Amino acid sequence: MLRHTFNFRRFWAIVVKEFIQMRRDRLTFGMMVGIPLLQLILFGFAINMNPKHLPTAVLSADNSVFARTLLWSLRNSDYFALVRVAESETEVRSLLKQGDVQFVLHVPEDFSRKLLRGERPSLLLEADASDPAATSYALSALDALVVNVFNRDLKGPLRRLRATPGPVELRIHRHYNPDIITQYNVVPGLLGVVLTMTMVIITALAITRERERGTMENLLSTPVRPGEVMIGKLIPYIMVGYVQVSLILLAAKFLFDVPMVGSVLLLYGVVLAFIGANLAMGITFSTLARNQLQAVQMAFFYFLPNILLSGFMFPFRGMPTWAQAIGEVLPLTHFLRIVRGILLKGNGPRDIAPELWPIALFMVIALSIGIKRYRQTLD
Amino acid sequence: MNGDLVIDVRGITKRFSGRTVVNDIAMQVRRGEIYGFLGPNGSGKTTFLRMLCGLLRPDGGSGTCLGFDILTQSAEIKKHVGYMTQRFSFYEDLSLEENLDFVARVYGLPNRRAVVEKGLESLGMTARRKQLAGQLSGGWKQRLALAACMIHEPELLLLDEPTAGVDPKARRDFWEEIHRLAARGLTVLITTHYMDEAERCHSLAYIAYGNLLARGTVDEVIGSAGLTTWEVSGPGLPELAEKLRGLPGVEQVVAFGTTLHVSGRDAAQLKASLSPWMAGEHRWQQVESGLEHVFISLMETAKDNYG
Repeated sequence: MLRHTFNFRRFWAIVVKEFIQMRRDRLTFGMMVGIPLLQLILFGFAINMNPKHLPTAVLSADNSVFARTLLWSLRNSDYFALVRVAESETEVRSLLKQGDVQFVLHVPEDFSRKLLRGERPSLLLEADASDPAATSYALSALDALVVNVFNRDLKGPLRRLRATPGPVELRIHRHYNPDIITQYNVVPGLLGVVLTMTMVIITALAITRERERGTMENLLSTPVRPGEVMIGKLIPYIMVGYVQVSLILLAAKFLFDVPMVGSVLLLYGVVLAFIGANLAMGITFSTLARNQLQAVQMAFFYFLPNILLSGFMFPFRGMPTWAQAIGEVLPLTHFLRIVRGILLKGNGPRDIAPELWPIALFMVIALSIGIKRYRQTLD
Repeated sequence: MNGDLVIDVRGITKRFSGRTVVNDIAMQVRRGEIYGFLGPNGSGKTTFLRMLCGLLRPDGGSGTCLGFDILTQSAEIKKHVGYMTQRFSFYEDLSLEENLDFVARVYGLPNRRAVVEKGLESLGMTARRKQLAGQLSGGWKQRLALAACMIHEPELLLLDEPTAGVDPKARRDFWEEIHRLAARGLTVLITTHYMDEAERCHSLAYIAYGNLLARGTVDEVIGSAGLTTWEVSGPGLPELAEKLRGLPGVEQVVAFGTTLHVSGRDAAQLKASLSPWMAGEHRWQQVESGLEHVFISLMETAKDNYG
């Protein structure tokens, strides 16, 4: 039975060997240090569940002292950043649709007159509520704000107007997701997340596998050209991507009742650019990775900021500027806006154009790096 | 241009990050010739083959392969060359038939079905066509690889250690096949570490540390080395070997079963060093130097000169 006892020396031999191998695999070692650091920075500094300074537009038909007080205290609340004074109803529509502003505050024509008469005039706040998490804090802050906002102006004989339930009636229109259903935001978002994860990993593996197994050398000795190999390898995965899109859209429709206001056909068209950007990224990784494990590690390293900084999990506008800047580079950020825009807001080609070109640019850059590196690996 | 030369290159040089891996090599191979390419591991054989078939671009040198310029016409060369890599490099998760079919498609062969069928037949694997390549034994994998390299009927076969890890019977069959193909006009450049295989080649080239050290027929290579070898048998050979090593003129002392082979290039000095033992209990006999002696001698010399 002695042979079966735990032998410290044998065990130690394994420990020593593992440490040596760990040290040799620089990338894995880097990931072990890099991923916790990255997570720490992203979770610790970038993510904010209580977004402030949300871009707000004002469409005011009343230029009274009360309206100005209202705007001033809105700005002071930290939740609203007045970025635009809208001129017309159509401008308001497009601002909301393209996601340029989160809120639009309407101050009606007869606001101050009604206020002074004690008729409780109504203030309308339109909110882009496609991401419920982004707006909820601001909305409840506003609720509290309007009760007391005019206290300074309502003094002396006007004091009686301060009575409960408050001098004005605040009406809130939650657009695109009036019932605050989280799935309406998450399920379309998942479309982008799933595509990012699978497309990048799958292509990174596909080419690294050929190299690792030695079949690449064989392939290169045949008349087949690098471009033929690349495109030939990508086509099947583009099709896989479309199958995924269809599955998620079917589930969104029949399982989660996600509204599909816009053109699904348009979405299918735009998806191609997004899949393309991810495949390009995968190819670039596959030219950098020496083996399949490294390829997966790189894909994961790429996936982390994508899921945290794109606005999928946490409100994009809650992040500090530097994190938003990183987020703006990632194709997923723009794709999320496109998908949610088309499905929830009914956005058309013109509304999504500003989000489409960053994806295309990303694809072109990633692909040119990938092809350049791929050519180098021939020699 | 000499139409009879399938490979005609000179001055071929390749450097990897400053290290010269192939140094100024010239090679002429005639049509229908089986040309053996020998040398220690890491001597630049694989790199040289890769340059011939256009996988790598030489840093220096020029020449033709099948009449095409190796620097500018690698696309043409690839169409007419079959290159069998050292490691099995077909798809283990594809069946035999699918592998052959893939290769036939890549070369754009017109009568693909028939070609694949012929390939399977030549392998004697028609019945196992659906088997995955990954499940094959080493010998069968090698046969599959050869069949796949031959599918586009190349004029030149480049074989990189095709018989490593293959059993003797399969190796013999393989060589018979190679000789049959060569008899039909196919040219074969083959790298190997096996001396018996080297002796089956029409011509040999020996390369070490990127330099070509010897070439010619087996007899020419052995003759040019000028090596003298003595065979000793008798008792206490290990002890004798220790004593002989390091004596002036003694370059190699190698155990061959129950005998010892002692070789050196300076025949007179070798004999002078050995003579004190020749009167003793051992039986001494001068034998012909084998290829292995020659190659080890070449390699030792090369190490002094380049290594």
